[in-house]
Amino acid sequence: MNAQFMGYRRPDGRVGVRNFVAVLSAMDNTNPTTENIARTVCGTVPLCTPFGRTQIGHDFEMTLKTLAGIGRHPNIAAVLVLSLSLESANRLADMIRPSGKPVEVLGLQECGGTTGLLAEGIKAAARLVLDASELNREPCAFSDLIIAVECGGSDTTSGIASNPATGMFADRFIDEGGTIILSEPAEFMGAEHLLAARAVNDPDRRRIMAMVKWFEDEAKRAGVDMRGINPTPDNINGGLSTLEEKSLGAIVKGGTRPVVETIEYADPPTQKGLVIMNTPSAACESMTGLVGGGAQIIIFSTGRGNSIGAPVAPTLKVTGNPNTAQRMPENIDLDLSDIITQRTPLGKAADRIWQNLLKVASGKVTCCEVLHEQQLSVSRFGPSV
Amino acid sequence: MENAMVMNPKDNVAVCLAKMNAGETIGVEMDGKAVGVALKDAIPFGHKFALRPIGKGQNVIKYGEVIGVASSAIEQGRHVHIHNIESIRARGDKQ
Repeated sequence: MNAQFMGYRRPDGRVGVRNFVAVLSAMDNTNPTTENIARTVCGTVPLCTPFGRTQIGHDFEMTLKTLAGIGRHPNIAAVLVLSLSLESANRLADMIRPSGKPVEVLGLQECGGTTGLLAEGIKAAARLVLDASELNREPCAFSDLIIAVECGGSDTTSGIASNPATGMFADRFIDEGGTIILSEPAEFMGAEHLLAARAVNDPDRRRIMAMVKWFEDEAKRAGVDMRGINPTPDNINGGLSTLEEKSLGAIVKGGTRPVVETIEYADPPTQKGLVIMNTPSAACESMTGLVGGGAQIIIFSTGRGNSIGAPVAPTLKVTGNPNTAQRMPENIDLDLSDIITQRTPLGKAADRIWQNLLKVASGKVTCCEVLHEQQLSVSRFGPSV
Repeated sequence: MENAMVMNPKDNVAVCLAKMNAGETIGVEMDGKAVGVALKDAIPFGHKFALRPIGKGQNVIKYGEVIGVASSAIEQGRHVHIHNIESIRARGDKQ
């Protein structure tokens, strides 16, 4: 194997670029104690969800699937699952255990309430972190990585500079054996024919068109003009006039390679190459699905500026807008605005993305990580009852 | 260096990469040639202007693809944005 970065090889064979211990709340009720445990125990990340109680059917299955996918994620060395009762904690933990990593469970009722759960949780999390700290990075290959490409706070520079540079990186990364996930099909609208034409088979071609149609039908059913919602007011101030224009600029971040697979929210890719995941356009919901599907790193292209990152997966922020790079430098990992100011070739910008990505894969932290800009937000697919 | 970018030779709009005033001429490369377009409006950084006259109801083309239709006639050099073009897709307001 040609060693390309240093990662953590997990029992299930996947590779992590981080070595967190997750304190995972199975439902809203145990979020406060989850936060308090994570605040106390160095090396942990709190994973809190605003729902989880009385969800039914497909909606509940999607929440469980996503939280379990994040629990199994290779950037996590071990998991402490909290819930109101041991039964609901174990329902989620049992879906994480097949990954082979240490998983512990605690129920608030069984621990004697908040202070009991807090004390037991701190003890358990501390033990897990001490053990995880003995794991070492080892040489890994690009084919071990799933990288998701995302954009947010887009403007016209996104479609001219940061997205095409990201797309050129995506092509090269796929050519080296890696996997890229492109998501947010509502933002393919007006450009979906270009992606569908690149699908390697007819079912995936039809699926791409159907994903976009579903979102378009939902927008029509709401009886509104999408403008002001998507494109958003900041997109419009940045020069984007219609969703079609935004979409045509957005899809280029996925590069030009064939679409080898289409997957649903939080499903893991089974193919190497360019994969499309069906997620909503809101960045936090989309990134939560991408992480649930196992993406280890996210490249996040922004125009007007956007701060938020994925939970668990380092999120590398790139911009091609010189004003944004200057105005909010602490949120931008990579300033690609010389594509616009000096007409730097996209290939050179893609080289810089590659170099930065390698550093992040081997341990360099991103702006989102250092500023705690991480938000878990599982999409809802129906009401709680 | 040109202050505007044309994404595809089929396009009837270009992206302005500087803050321009009405009455100024902006340099743009079209079909491999540098040409000047006289701007009839102020154009903010990152916004579009018309390379050619676009009639009401005609397609607005960027990246070689349709990004919307002109909701009123647009002269060459005019600012092209939400005041004079609209989306074709997901128009729940027109159901």
